[in-house]
Amino acid sequence: MGAIEVRGLVREFKKGPRAVDGIDLTVAEGEIYGFLGPNGAGKSTTVLMLTTLLPPTAGTATVAGFDIVKQGPQVRASIGAALQEAALDRFLTGREHIKLQGSLHGMKGADLKQRGDDLLERVGLTDAADRKVGGYSGGMKRRLDLALALLHSPRVLFLDEPTTGLDPQSRSALWDEVARLSREDGVTVFLTTQYLEEADALANRVGIIDHGKIVVEGTPDELKAEVGRSSVEIEPHDAARLADLEGALAPFGEPMVTRGTSASIRLNEGVGDVAAIVRALDAQGIVVHQLRLREPTLDDVFLEKTGRSLEGSGDSDEDETPTS
Amino acid sequence: MSAVLATQVLVISERSVRRTFRQPASIIPAIIFPIMLLFVSSGGLHAAANLPGFPSVSYFDFALAVTFMQGAIFATGGAGTDLATDIETGFLSRLSLTPMSGAALVLGQLGGAITLGVFQATCYLAAGFIGGATIASGVAGVVVIYLLVILMAIGFGSIGIAAALRTGNGEAVQGLFPLLFVLLFLSTINLPLDLIPITWFRWVATGNPITYLVDAVRSLIITGWDGPALATGFLVAFAIAVLGIIGSAAAMRGRLQRT
Repeated sequence: MGAIEVRGLVREFKKGPRAVDGIDLTVAEGEIYGFLGPNGAGKSTTVLMLTTLLPPTAGTATVAGFDIVKQGPQVRASIGAALQEAALDRFLTGREHIKLQGSLHGMKGADLKQRGDDLLERVGLTDAADRKVGGYSGGMKRRLDLALALLHSPRVLFLDEPTTGLDPQSRSALWDEVARLSREDGVTVFLTTQYLEEADALANRVGIIDHGKIVVEGTPDELKAEVGRSSVEIEPHDAARLADLEGALAPFGEPMVTRGTSASIRLNEGVGDVAAIVRALDAQGIVVHQLRLREPTLDDVFLEKTGRSLEGSGDSDEDETPTS
Repeated sequence: MSAVLATQVLVISERSVRRTFRQPASIIPAIIFPIMLLFVSSGGLHAAANLPGFPSVSYFDFALAVTFMQGAIFATGGAGTDLATDIETGFLSRLSLTPMSGAALVLGQLGGAITLGVFQATCYLAAGFIGGATIASGVAGVVVIYLLVILMAIGFGSIGIAAALRTGNGEAVQGLFPLLFVLLFLSTINLPLDLIPITWFRWVATGNPITYLVDAVRSLIITGWDGPALATGFLVAFAIAVLGIIGSAAAMRGRLQRT
């Protein structure tokens, strides 16, 4: 049995459409599962159901082996969650948050203090632990949020858009920590994101959700391979040789639209063609000014499956604050 | 109460108290405003003490009881607004992911309201003593005043908590504040019930539960041990507390949808 098993999960709201419309998914123990989709796709509603905070309208799901409807307390004891927007009390210090949350989880005394100190150190907040959270940066809040989610050593970790609004350095640090948790501690991570590079960099497998339905699922490489081949764009040193360049590239793939100062093709055989292309250009005396190799992205996958680009889509259609 | 529930109540209360006392902008008015009103009203209405039938005490002593009621109303706003903020920011969801029980959340929030209420009461008593008031029922009477204050903090605090859980909106909770103040002014805060001359006002004041809370505290300050006033006051305070807690529990069930 997987760490997360979902079958036909549905959530309807009285004054809206089906936020989640019959999804099925399985996440293996220790896996990082990236749940990718635009705002309003149903990601956060799914997380709320899987973390037992919102009852599903239909369908079943187990998390860490426990039914999310019938065994809510056992599910909550087995999971950690950092939900959207680090929900912290700005009047409490980082250490006071640790104490509050640890005590509610039944931890106490030296064990709680030691675990709290270890986690604060791991997320780089030891020096700031006794400062009020109101003075923390966005990245510090997210790191404290992660430490709190890990306090009771959960088997499954839910991260709902954990890096939204973070600077690149904080984002990278959080990615490292999440990857380490999966790799070294065997924690299963269910990660929602609208950032393609985040899913690509972190997730062992990705599910893309749109309008409440999972439109495709697989490893990032499988998904990208499914939608297309790599492409290459070459700009000649001498713009007058552009037509020659296009002719030289023709045997290696289909031409693609470019800016006019370069030629681009979708490669027949993938990146293995590049060496042959360079040799062909050299043989014809075409000097290359720039060569860009482009792999298919998850956005290409999204475009292929939904007919629109994920980048910048669905900005206003929030599903994060459902009202029943 | 089980040990687990007691621990949960304790840590949530502790957080509530810390949070309250780290917001001077909300706690200072809750202390200063009732004391200012005490001095202003006793300065302006001191001649009322000369009315036939008015208790034979200074108006300052008579008005001192009102500060405790105002403190209870501030407790309503404080406990409710803080909880509404927790709902708005998602902090309640964070707590909901722990084994915290709904009862612990309500009782813990009330713990914060009680602590604030006791602190306020101490400040009001100190202001009263500085202003020359005496407590006719003595030291034991002061203890009973604190008991009433605690019961009122529970009652009015739980009303604020119920409103917060029902609406999830801090502004809606703050909307209770002027309503309760209107209720306060439609009671016996300025004159004893027997001396209120306007018929409709007297009817409203007679049916107004705040009248009996004010009269109970006032009896301890100016009369001594008035059994009927105390019994009625405690009964009303207890009834408000029970209704408030029932309302909070019902609202909690609606708010916490977790399985």
